[in-house]
Formats: sequence, structure tokens, C-alpha cells
Amino acid sequence: MRRWIKFVGLAFTSLTGLACLIIVAMLAIILGNIAVHGWPRLSWEFITGQPRAGMTAGGIFPAIFGTAALVLLMTLAVVPLGVAAAIYLHEYAWQGSKLVHVVRLALANLAGVPAIVFGLFGLGFFIKFVGAGMDRAFFGGALAFGQPCILWAALTLAVLTLPTVVVATEEALRAVPRSYREVAYAAGATRWQVVRYVVLPQSVSGILTGTILAVSRGAGEVAPIMFTGAAYYLPYLPVKLNDQFMELGYHIYVLTTQSPDVEATKPILYATVFVLLVLTFALNLTAVLIRSRIRRRLRAA
Amino acid sequence: MDRPGDELLLKGRRRIVETLLETAVRSSAVLVIAALVLIFVFVAKEALPLLTSGDVHKEVTPWTMLRQQQDGEFVWQPVSEKPKYSLPPLLVGTLKVSVVALLIAIPLAILAAIFTSEFAPQQLRELVKPVVELLAGIPSVVIGFFALMVVATWLQDAFGFIFRLNAITAGIGLSLAVIPIVFTVAEDALSAVPQTFRDGSLALGANRWQTAWRVVLPAATPGVFAACVLGFGRAVGETMIVLMASGNAAVMSFDPRESFRSFSATIAAELGEVVYGSPHYHVLFFIGAFLFVITFLLNLAGHWYVGRLRARLEGKLKA
Repeated sequence: MRRWIKFVGLAFTSLTGLACLIIVAMLAIILGNIAVHGWPRLSWEFITGQPRAGMTAGGIFPAIFGTAALVLLMTLAVVPLGVAAAIYLHEYAWQGSKLVHVVRLALANLAGVPAIVFGLFGLGFFIKFVGAGMDRAFFGGALAFGQPCILWAALTLAVLTLPTVVVATEEALRAVPRSYREVAYAAGATRWQVVRYVVLPQSVSGILTGTILAVSRGAGEVAPIMFTGAAYYLPYLPVKLNDQFMELGYHIYVLTTQSPDVEATKPILYATVFVLLVLTFALNLTAVLIRSRIRRRLRAA
Repeated sequence: MDRPGDELLLKGRRRIVETLLETAVRSSAVLVIAALVLIFVFVAKEALPLLTSGDVHKEVTPWTMLRQQQDGEFVWQPVSEKPKYSLPPLLVGTLKVSVVALLIAIPLAILAAIFTSEFAPQQLRELVKPVVELLAGIPSVVIGFFALMVVATWLQDAFGFIFRLNAITAGIGLSLAVIPIVFTVAEDALSAVPQTFRDGSLALGANRWQTAWRVVLPAATPGVFAACVLGFGRAVGETMIVLMASGNAAVMSFDPRESFRSFSATIAAELGEVVYGSPHYHVLFFIGAFLFVITFLLNLAGHWYVGRLRARLEGKLKA
């Protein structure tokens, strides 16, 4: 009997360990496969060149540039807003208030809205409502902002990544010891002075983590930008806010599903996936490392 | 940290600045709520003509979307001489792929969560969690690409599927997107079980797996259930993986070895070419609003269960 219990216990423990191993192996297989096939095709020309021959040859520079511009615009919108919301939740609001409860509920639900619904929202709200309204008001009805463009795609992604920034910022605010605030208040600081000179400087790394995670998420999402600004192919780079743009993730989708010759595009496709993966992976790794440092501090506090 | 009305103690410019800043900070929090409301309002607004507009009703009504077409079949064929909009094939496709994904993801993620919270030494735990976070960070278009180019080929070579892209291929891809969320929520729930539960069980002579299986897991049940519900929500809403690896054939078939088409993939595949304001356009927004409501309810349910877990563990602590 005792031996049997011991055996079952060992089997059960190994089973849970195996599940863990399988998950790690899945990640390793994806990364390995893409690195092995993507690396050989990668070159300086590929990263800095234009697509050629119906996107079966050449480089992906417009897609990299478009992704960078998109994510930059998104960051400009989401970081101030997300940090301010987190400051309200953690520094200003009374924790039992109804507003705090509803904001937290909204954050949790916002994080669960499917990416494709954000795409519909971007089209229905930003393009057809805000954009078309701006055209009527400022451009005499001429088509300027009532069409898919980089501004609307970036703002759609900003709404999508808002929960990421708020949650990461709040975690960082929580890691600032309460005594720091009390000292500042005791010295006669106002609430904003406490936030500005004590809390925020202490939570820069957490805000940075949130920003990095948001950027990585934004750089990888395709569904929300399909109808709000991304283009199959453009001979020019986006320089105005109402230009369309090429994007890495969307480029991958287009090459994978709409290519006339899958075998011919395969090497380029793998290399493009590799670039996107390295980009998001490097960002995520940085965020994970910074965050584990914050968590260690949180435990110490 | 709440000291209501403390700007009343200030004077002049300082007081104005403090009040303005507090208003700004509060309005950004309100904007979070506004964002969620606006998403629903504007998606529902474009879906509404399906219920109210006579012009749209000449082509499609909510009632005809649920029933068979005139030839007695469920057909989704919005772009044809006589457009046909039957939702059941899409519903079956969505459920089919979600079930496959959850059958893979839930056991793996929950077992891994048990391992991480109950058996793994501290250092290993510090390693597994970031690995899962990195898995969560892989863009879904990359997983879709991988499922389409690599997994599909492997599976076809191994099992000789007639349809290269099917619910099993897409389900495996989808499970990669579901595992991180199930793992994270389940692991949080298991770790929230107080150490005293384990100590008591071990002191009574139970060994570690008995403690994990019969004490910790039952105590964390609401949280583990929440993990499954949130995982289901993720599976239903995920777009790019399903769009790329499903084959996109709107067939009414429960066989996971056949191609299919999901709600989310339908929107992604068709909205690009649709005429603005046409019945088809409104139908796609209607599907979007439906997805929003479903995932919203699943999320609420998930968070309700997490709340219950917390109440339950705290209640037991007091007793």
C-alpha cells in the first residue's frame, strides 16, 4: 500500500513536470524553427531594402519603418494616459470608491476584448466618426482623415494596450514604500508634489516595463490594423499622419496567405517572421528582466 | 492614500494647479471606462441596421441568419448573386477549434501550474514563469504562420489528413495562445492558497502529491475554473491564428479533421472587401458585437470566480 501511494505520487509529480517541459519545448520549437530557417536569409540589404518582384524578392524596410512609426505614435498616446490612470487608481482615489471598482473592472474587460473587435471599433469610431467628422469640419468634406491611416491605427492600438500600461505602472507604484510618501507629506508636500518628486522617480523602471510590453504587443497585433491603416504594398514611406503604411505583422499575413508563389516567397517570409520575432522577443525579455527586479524589491518592501 | 479635499488647505496658484492636476488624472481613469463603453457603442451602432433597417431586411434578417437557406442547407455565402448568411457553420467552426485548443491547453497549463506552485524549487519557478510570459509575447500572426507552414505539414505527414488546414492544426496553434492565460490565472490561484493548508495536510501524514491534489487544488477550484473560462474567452476571440490555419471553409461539420471558419476570421477575411453600409457590412459588425458580448460575459464570469476564490480563502482564514 505504502509503496503504491509512493508510486502514484511520483507518477503524478512527473506528469506535472512533463506538462511544464512540453510548454517550454513548444516555445523552443517555434523559436528554433524560425531561427534556423530565418537566419540564413537575413542580410543588411534585406533589412534596408525595398520589396521587389511582387514582394517575392528584395527587403522589408518599409514594413520595419511603418511598424516603428506606428508604435511610436501609439506610445505617445497610451503612455501619458495609462500612467495618469494608474496614478489616479493608486495615489489619488480612495480604494473603496465605486469609481475605482468600475475602472478596474473596465481594465480587466478591456484586456479581454478580442483584437478583431478593436479593428471594428477603429473603423466605426476613429475613421467613420472622428475622421469623417474632422473632414466635414476642417477640410470642407474632402477626404483627409475619414480613411484608414497610421494615426487611426496607432490610436486603436493605444486603446488595446491601455490595460498593459496601467497594470504595469500600478505595480511599480505599489513597490514604492509607503513611508516615502509619509515623509514627503510630513514635510508639507502637496499631493501632486509627492507624486511628481517622490513616487514617479521611484517608479520609472515600472513605467518603462509597461511601455515596453505595450510596444511589443502593439508591434505584433495585426487584426486591429487590418482595416484601420495597414496596406499590402506602398511605394512610399508614411510621413503624414493620414498616410497608410506597411507593417511587419501584416506583411507576414499577406505573404503567407496571398502570395502567388508560396515556395518562392518562403525564404523571405521566414526572414520577415524572424525579424518580427527578434523584435518582440527582445522587448519582452527586457520587460521581464526589469519586472523581476521590481518584484524582488516589492517582496523586500 | 486618500486625503479628500486637501487642496482646500492651499492658496492661490498652487491650489488651482493641484485641483487641475487631480481633475486631469481622474479624467484619464474615467477615459478607461469610456473606452470600453465606446467600443461597444460604436460596434453595436454599425450592427443595429440589421435589426431596424428595412433595406437590410430585404437581404438578411437575424431570423434568416439562424435558419437554413431555401435549399435546406446552412450556407455562409455573403458574396454571390443571392447572398446567404447562415451563422450556424461559423458557430460550429468557432466551437470546434475552441474545444480542440482547450483540450490541449487546459490540462497542460493546469498541470504545469501545479508543478510550478507546488513541486518546483524556487529557482525553477523563477525560470518557468518568464518562459510562459515570453510564450504569451509571441505575436499571434507568428503562431498562425507557424501553424500554417510547419504544424500543418507535420500533422499531414503523420496522420494523412485530407484537408491540410483543419480544426486540429488551428487548435494546436490556438492552444499556444491560450496556455499562457490559463497558466497564469491558475498559478496565481494555487499560490494564493495559504501555506497553513499545506502544513496541516503534511502534518497529518499526507505526502506532497496528496496535499497538492486533495487539499490545494480543491481549495483553489474557483480560481482554476476562472482560468478555464478566461482561456475560453481568449480562444473564441483569437483571430489571426484561426484566420491563417483554418482553411476558411464555412462548412457545417463537427469533424475536427475538416476545414472550418470562425466568427473572428470571417470578420477579418471579409471586412476589407465589403461595401460600406451594405447588409454584409452590418452583418460583420453584428458578429463583432456578438463576439464582444460573449467575451465580455466570459471575462466577467472569470473575474467573479477569482473574487470568490479570494473571499473563500480569506473567509476560511478567519474561521
